[in-house]
Amino acid sequence: MLEFLATLGRSAIGTLQRLGQGSLLLWHMLGGLGDLARRPRLLLVQVFSVGVLSVLIVAVSGIFVGMVLGLQGYNTLSQFGAAQSLGVVVAASLVRELGPVVTALLFAGRAGSALTAEIGLMKATEQLSGLEMMAVDPVKRILTPRFLAGFVSMPLLAALFSALGVIGGYFVGVGLLGVDDGAFWSQMQAKIDLHDDIVNGVIKSLVFGFVCTWIALFQGYAALPTSEGVSRATTRTVVHSSLAVLGLDFILTALMFGA
Amino acid sequence: MQSNRVVEILVGAFVAAGLVALFFLSMQVSNLATSAGGEGYEVEARFDNIGSLKVRSPVTMAGVRIGRVSAIGFDTSTYEAVVTLRIESRYDTIPDDTFAKIFTAGLLGEQYVGLDPGGSDTYLKPGDRISLTQSALVLEEIIGQFLFSKAEEGVKGD
Amino acid sequence: MDNLVEIRDLRFCRGSKVIFDGIDIDIPRGKITAIMGPSGTGKTTLLKLIGGQLRPHRGSVRVDGQAVHRLPIRELYRLRMRMGMLFQSGALLTDLNVFDNVAYPLREHTGLPESMIRKLVLMKLEAVGLRGARELMPSELSGGMARRVALARAIALDPDMIMYDEPFTGQDPISMGVLVQLIHALNQASRLTSIIVSHDVQETAGIADLIYLISDGRVIGRGAPSDLLQSESAWARQFMQGLPDGPVPFHYPAPPLERDILGGG
Repeated sequence: MLEFLATLGRSAIGTLQRLGQGSLLLWHMLGGLGDLARRPRLLLVQVFSVGVLSVLIVAVSGIFVGMVLGLQGYNTLSQFGAAQSLGVVVAASLVRELGPVVTALLFAGRAGSALTAEIGLMKATEQLSGLEMMAVDPVKRILTPRFLAGFVSMPLLAALFSALGVIGGYFVGVGLLGVDDGAFWSQMQAKIDLHDDIVNGVIKSLVFGFVCTWIALFQGYAALPTSEGVSRATTRTVVHSSLAVLGLDFILTALMFGA
Repeated sequence: MQSNRVVEILVGAFVAAGLVALFFLSMQVSNLATSAGGEGYEVEARFDNIGSLKVRSPVTMAGVRIGRVSAIGFDTSTYEAVVTLRIESRYDTIPDDTFAKIFTAGLLGEQYVGLDPGGSDTYLKPGDRISLTQSALVLEEIIGQFLFSKAEEGVKGD
Repeated sequence: MDNLVEIRDLRFCRGSKVIFDGIDIDIPRGKITAIMGPSGTGKTTLLKLIGGQLRPHRGSVRVDGQAVHRLPIRELYRLRMRMGMLFQSGALLTDLNVFDNVAYPLREHTGLPESMIRKLVLMKLEAVGLRGARELMPSELSGGMARRVALARAIALDPDMIMYDEPFTGQDPISMGVLVQLIHALNQASRLTSIIVSHDVQETAGIADLIYLISDGRVIGRGAPSDLLQSESAWARQFMQGLPDGPVPFHYPAPPLERDILGGG
């Protein structure tokens, strides 16, 4: 029993320590933003590898999720003779929840794990140490551009996801199932509010982008410099990011739509 | 340097696509822009009560959609709802004594404007007003009337 | 005697394991100093302490009179520009080609125009004999070539001092010979203070002016290579001559063989 308590305490202290390390790393990364402003090219390259390379998976998932929503929504709504509301159901689910959340989960799997592996390997192959010895701050030079790229890319990816999802839902609902074209859009436009829904969705994805990229970079930076350490860190990135996204989503939803 | 160019173009395309998606969500999905443009001509109809009719709701004749509601306004002097209907230009032979009613699709469904053609030889022109209208049926009112009449029956029956 | 690096009473622990327990080391200016010892004695850690990447738990590390572990970060970075370090793996940036890797410190720290950087980089690459390989990516280089590129990068800023972390490990005899010759030539040409961390006795003893032997967190022996080969210390002799048995036993501590085989179970 005593041993159990001791283990629990040790792991709690370990968690606190990692949280502290993560926060210090975040602070350090933010300190590099000034340098980055003078060299925007570094950011461009990272937006490519973090954002552009995630477009395909996000776009394809968006279309399919939208199509599924169209189908499921139609089946349920038509029982109440309210199939005309399909547009609202599809758009609200996408813009408020599925767009930011699913995009963030995909992002953690695609871009987050890649970031962790990249940084972890740079550490394992002494590249980060090498930079330090060349009097270059690896956090500011390597991590900061990636962090900002993730933060910027996420809302764009989420918007892409939602927009393609709405089009997918339109395709199934109006194109295949015969919901009225005008009703689909008119109900959607009447119920979806620019500020309440779309701006809040963008805020959510900004938060998710911040957290997912932070976790990915921290895991890579704190990884043990061995192949096993890097592969464990990659797994942790996906698990921690997913949990963080879902947990934060609840908090944000409660704040935005709760009261 | 070639690959640099490709990277730049792709990043540009990504940012543009993201912004287009955001623009699409703002303009097409949300309530920001509710103007219903397109081909056709507009006529006006006034109702005492339009229920939950909305801009872009369908306008039908004999069950076929021939246009959409393009604007909904309120006349502060007559306390009537002013509904602008945009009818597709190929349907240009609608009699000017046509009757406009607001129907509900299904019990809880969306509301739409249904047109019943009259017998007149002159047709509606752009900007004309449909004078014969019937308001939306509001469920609560119908139930209220039903209960009221039942109650009256009950009073008579005593 | 003029020392570029002076280490005094250095103590460093990793967890509960003591890596260094009060060592004193002087690195004379313009000479090649080798730090030798068995694997796992923290030789690489020593280089990181000199470079300021790790902080000692006690004692001091002075480079050119400045206490490395007490410098504010900006000063430390300025000092590091005067130090080159050759990592065991080369530590080249994998997404840049050879030319850009060597140009990297120049682009980061000097405001030189690109044409000037090009000339400097080609000169450095020429010095390590890889001017023709400038378009290759690090993944296309052999281990020995990667180290030579890393060496070119380490000397790009014309440092006062260069630290070699196990430069000979895992090299075939030819690239080993090339590296030995390069390190020697660099030291001769520009009186570059060199610190070599290694356990390859032959190669290191051939070029070093001074050797420190480290084991179990202490300095076991110090002196010119020829002196150490004739050292009175049995341990130093065993290490320098590569004898399989001696003060460091061949067998890992174990109960007698008979007991393990017959008495087991």
